[in-house]
Amino acid sequence: MSMDGRRKLLIVTAALLAVLLATPHSGSYIIVLVTHALIFAILAMSLDILLGFTGLPSLGQAAYLGMGAYLTAILASKFQFGLDWTFWLVVVMGMAIGAATAAIFGLFAVHAGGVYFLMITLALGMCVWGLAYRWNSLTGGDNGIVLPPRPAFGIELADDVTFFYLVFSFFVAALALLYILVRSPFGRSLVGIRENELRMRILGYNTWLHKYIAFIIAGGFGGLAGVLWAHAHGLVSPEDVVLATSVDALLMVVLGGPGTLVGGAIGAGIVVFLREYLSTLVPWWQYVLGGVYVLTILYLPGGLLSLPERIRQWRAHPAGAAEAKPMQSASH
Amino acid sequence: MDTNFWVIQAFNGISYGALLFLLASGLSLIFGVMRIVNLAHGSFFLLGGYVALTVIWTTGSWLLALPAAALAVAVVGLLMERVFLRPLGFDPLRQVLLSVGFAYLFQQAALDIWGGDNLDIVPPGILKESAVVGGFYFPIYRIFMIGMALAVGLVLWLAMEKTRMGAMVRATVDDSEMARGVGINTSRVSMFIFALGAFLAGLGGFIGGAFLGVYPGLDFAILPIAFAVVIIGGMGSLTGAAVGSLLVGLADNFGKALFPEISYFTLYAPMVLILALKPTGLFGRE
Repeated sequence: MSMDGRRKLLIVTAALLAVLLATPHSGSYIIVLVTHALIFAILAMSLDILLGFTGLPSLGQAAYLGMGAYLTAILASKFQFGLDWTFWLVVVMGMAIGAATAAIFGLFAVHAGGVYFLMITLALGMCVWGLAYRWNSLTGGDNGIVLPPRPAFGIELADDVTFFYLVFSFFVAALALLYILVRSPFGRSLVGIRENELRMRILGYNTWLHKYIAFIIAGGFGGLAGVLWAHAHGLVSPEDVVLATSVDALLMVVLGGPGTLVGGAIGAGIVVFLREYLSTLVPWWQYVLGGVYVLTILYLPGGLLSLPERIRQWRAHPAGAAEAKPMQSASH
Repeated sequence: MDTNFWVIQAFNGISYGALLFLLASGLSLIFGVMRIVNLAHGSFFLLGGYVALTVIWTTGSWLLALPAAALAVAVVGLLMERVFLRPLGFDPLRQVLLSVGFAYLFQQAALDIWGGDNLDIVPPGILKESAVVGGFYFPIYRIFMIGMALAVGLVLWLAMEKTRMGAMVRATVDDSEMARGVGINTSRVSMFIFALGAFLAGLGGFIGGAFLGVYPGLDFAILPIAFAVVIIGGMGSLTGAAVGSLLVGLADNFGKALFPEISYFTLYAPMVLILALKPTGLFGRE
């Protein structure tokens, strides 16, 4: 690992420690907010595998969150399953249903490129939304499903601080696993596909299979986020799988910095803060959310994490500062 | 399920399809010419309804609201294309996110200006009545919607097939690089098409206001349906938009009536299949 890589690892570890130590001592509302942000951070990181590392901008990532969340809610409310130690089984099942859904969806989506990939993932996401919205007998339709109190297996997840620790652990585990993934030879091949798919194909890589596997992995982690979201929110409804959730996930990644994993987490923190906190303070919060979208696209092509690099470049060559690379990969 | 059911549902489906055509024909042209996934198109529709309401409240004229709403939204679209989308260059992801940003800004602005209530555009006298044909009651407003869609479709078709601008648009849809190569100002074409698309969406919002209502959230409710039309029919094709609108309008009505639990699934699953098998849609060109 290079000096630079070690320094980045140190910064991320310090930031994680700060979140871990500071959050439990904050107000009860902040604890809930951070928990939600960490869950969406898992969703954003799963999307970053597609968008940042493989170059596939999915407009339907909320579908996998929805599958995990509805599975959790249906098992808990109809069968009282997953409310004791079986919670861990539901975690595995949630990841499996996310991955399985992605495995089916991927058959349609992965071969498509560019704007068609956007459209087809949008349509797939709308399929899941349509079922959630109309399949009343299973999903409760528009009203959704209210979950029973959170699981207890020796430790009581009903306590928000305990639940925060659990979600934090899942977040760190997801970050570590995905980090190992993107630094593996497989992850390097994904970056190669992002940079130049044709060249990778000529080199003998099965690029379709690589993209397909990345799509499934992203779906699995999306499903995990869904399981946690169901218990965090206590209610699963079609609102969770609307197009806006998928688009928000994209913004999180682009805002933080695609191809960095932690960028998505930072973006998730900002978007959750705007949607859940600022919206309670001011009635005009959507101007801020819309403004963040527009400004990110116009002025932050590489996301927030590209700022230090851009500032360094600006100091070195004040004139060429505008030509910062749009995609900054942490795995350099 | 007697004849009455089939006749009424078919009529409702066709008239809903007519409204969808107004919304989706512009989206289809925008997509065909610029390859932009414009998620603000539903906002254009909603803004059309709101502007029309303001015109009706201040002047009392329903007829005047029609061109006013469409033109006001066209100006908004024109500015958005010139000031923000054009400098962005071709990058599908960034265009999508920018259009979402605008959708949120428009949503908030609409909320601030027109409030959060469900509003309704009340059409003038005769349009509120029903025509009785062969024992069936057909609301005249729905007949009017079909008439509007036919008229707009005819004008668009003539413009695309018979005018110089139409030929330039068709050339850009087929191959924008080649079009630029033979001296077509594709930037001008894009500006024109984006404004036209916004114009049609605004018009649709006005027409649909008496039928769907005008309320916050209508923008994102109608948007995916418009995309279903565009995808099923084929991007950049007027015939496709017409056939797609009709299919989606009928599928939506019969789906909700016959198998309500999976009715939206039956709308979006064909969209996925067509994208996977023939990405250019039923009538799109290769």
